[in-house]
Amino acid sequence: MKALVRIEGLTVTLGGREVLRDVSFEIRPGEIVTVIGPNGSGKTTLLRALIGAVRPKAGHIRRAPGLRIGYVPQRLQLDATMPLTVARFLSLPVRHGAREIAAMLARVGIPGLEARQIAELSGGQFQRALLARALLANPRLLILDEPTQALDQPGIAGFYRLIEDIRREIGCAVLMVSHDLHVVMASSDRVICLNTHVCCEGTPAAVLEAPQYRALFGDGTGGLMALYRHHHDHSHDEVTGREGETDAR
Amino acid sequence: MLDDFMLRAFLAGIAVALAAGPLGCFVLWRRMAYFGDATAHAAILGVALALWFSISVLAGVLFTSLLMALLVSALTRKGHGIDAALGVLSHAALAIGVVAISFLPGVRLDLQAFLFGDILAIAPRDLALIWAGALLVTLLLAWRRQSLLTATVSEDLAFASGLDPRREQLILALTLALVVAISLKLVGALLISAMLIIPAAAARPLARNPESMALAALLIALLAVAGGLGAANWFDTPAGPGIVTAATILFTLTHLRTALRGIRGPKS
Repeated sequence: MKALVRIEGLTVTLGGREVLRDVSFEIRPGEIVTVIGPNGSGKTTLLRALIGAVRPKAGHIRRAPGLRIGYVPQRLQLDATMPLTVARFLSLPVRHGAREIAAMLARVGIPGLEARQIAELSGGQFQRALLARALLANPRLLILDEPTQALDQPGIAGFYRLIEDIRREIGCAVLMVSHDLHVVMASSDRVICLNTHVCCEGTPAAVLEAPQYRALFGDGTGGLMALYRHHHDHSHDEVTGREGETDAR
Repeated sequence: MLDDFMLRAFLAGIAVALAAGPLGCFVLWRRMAYFGDATAHAAILGVALALWFSISVLAGVLFTSLLMALLVSALTRKGHGIDAALGVLSHAALAIGVVAISFLPGVRLDLQAFLFGDILAIAPRDLALIWAGALLVTLLLAWRRQSLLTATVSEDLAFASGLDPRREQLILALTLALVVAISLKLVGALLISAMLIIPAAAARPLARNPESMALAALLIALLAVAGGLGAANWFDTPAGPGIVTAATILFTLTHLRTALRGIRGPKS
């Protein structure tokens, strides 16, 4: 099958500083690709370039014709003067029926929150509401920017399990940025290690062995494979979205 | 009883409320208060221009306000740290406009009417233009509301949905200039942005969704217009300040419950 998105030689500068340099990769239907990298390595800029919010200085981003993208931003600061229920938020910019919204909220683990104000949600509930909104677009590519910042360890594991399940159900590709190395390694088909340019790319196991990865993240990650395998058979059910999470910052 | 000029003032006030209520919500949500000020102050420059070139005041105001709105939009795009530039633009437009009017030969102009509004100022032919402008603003906002709201919640969410938030910003700049042009005679340049912000802020505690807040702001603006023009009729108060005072009273009333809850201490 053809790639959903093909990035060729992407270079982006912000305020005169080169944030991305000659980045090339592609995303194929149905795969989970994770971008890792240190702070300031251009991860968020890469995702924003993909949705068209940042203009490339050089290079191309080719999307498959008619590609539907579901986007879950890193954070969203809603002005306190704006009243907004969860149901209304899920109907922006495309309106959806009440039944469809209810079913999607239940699917992402926050059933019955339609009438709740966005500002009253906990960090984990809000993250799931953002995911529900993205999924209502029936995306072929789901893009998530550090989706688990507001969650604690069991919450993080639960969220990634949800992403894996959804990928299996609707067959969308997933591109995400994450700091949660050990959990991410378990659920990704492919990992891209970014530090302005692409340092290395491949299966989680291959990237972990790559000298470029070790140079970036140090030797402290040696036991990582064992660690994530341990995490993976450790199951929490946190469907309500209340337990196992910290409040939003 | 209402005189003809009073009836015209009321009809103009209804039109202004219709447009300013919903647009004021966007001004509040997007923190565009400074934006409203600059656009409204530019109106005085437009008055000067209109008198210099003997064109209609409405056309002159629409021109300068639109220019200012586009300029401020472009500056805002450049990012943070533009407060100084905005402050200079906003007050320079006002000051230069007033100075320019004072230089006009042979014009005896009641400047106060343009700064604070005048119920006597609205001529029969103004009324049709005011209503046309107000309806245009309201319909434009209603028609574009899905994309305007998405871009207001998050520019990145708008981009990802294939919308261009810059286009939505442009629409708001255009509607803002229109509202300034149609409310100048009644409310006055100095208080137009208060007419946008206060009814919307008063509506906030009453609403759970953007649409209900826009509707509540519209109704509160209508009440404020009725109160302010009533005071102008019976107590001979200036139109703009009267309307804004009425709006402030309504703001206080709708926020009373929140304030009382704050005094009693937080409760679920």
